[in-house]
Amino acid sequence: MVVEHVNGKKKGTVMLYALSTCGWCARTKELLRTLGVDFDYTYVDLLEGKEQDDVMNEVERWNPKGSFPTLVIKDKTGIIGFREDEIREALK
Amino acid sequence: MNPADIEEKEIDRIYVIIKKEAEGGGYFLNPDVDFTKNLVRGLLKNEQRYGYRACPCRLAAGNKDEDLDIICPCNYRDPDLDDFGACYCALYVSGAIAGGKTQEAPVPERRPPRSGRGKKKVVQTIPVAPALSLSLPVWRCTVCGYLCAREQPPGICPICKVTKERFERFL
Repeated sequence: MVVEHVNGKKKGTVMLYALSTCGWCARTKELLRTLGVDFDYTYVDLLEGKEQDDVMNEVERWNPKGSFPTLVIKDKTGIIGFREDEIREALK
Repeated sequence: MNPADIEEKEIDRIYVIIKKEAEGGGYFLNPDVDFTKNLVRGLLKNEQRYGYRACPCRLAAGNKDEDLDIICPCNYRDPDLDDFGACYCALYVSGAIAGGKTQEAPVPERRPPRSGRGKKKVVQTIPVAPALSLSLPVWRCTVCGYLCAREQPPGICPICKVTKERFERFL
């Protein structure tokens, strides 16, 4: 899986599953940058075959609809969509 | 050609076409032009990748049959506009949002999950009247006779541009 890392304040693992073409995903990524937190992201549409499938299975663990963006914080909170307040709260 | 190489000029050109078509049919594009053009870029990127304009905010299978419901404008646009004032991507928005009166908010995914897709919707055969059974009501524009089957009539008739209240329940 191609995972990009963005350096920032460590708040535990912050993993963003996104699409390279999606407007809400871009807003979510922008918010994480604005918050200055350390996070990883992957563009699932740029993955192929089994790799994409495996990542989708992981996304669906947090979000059965398998929609984007899906943000997983500290491997315990899944936030579906650009829920700005929830994201800010979870990363306080 | 690298999918990232979509020229700004081309995005601007397609944006104008999509906007004109939308407005011609009584729909509105998101007034945030940068956001909207970015979605147009996504649509064009998907057109390059898959051969059709799959929704930029959903993961396309890359197989047209499977993706038919998410080719923009998707099958979920109108109910999402009715319920949330925006399509899933917020490319299309309600008149209130287009006019800057309210802001778009994230729209929950209406499309069935991967496991629930591909189940063909039963196309109802219309029995001879009077036992007519339809999956949706049919609305008729009293001005031009345009018919459509959906939960509610459109805000503006795509043919003659009259407003919602000019529609009557036809079936």
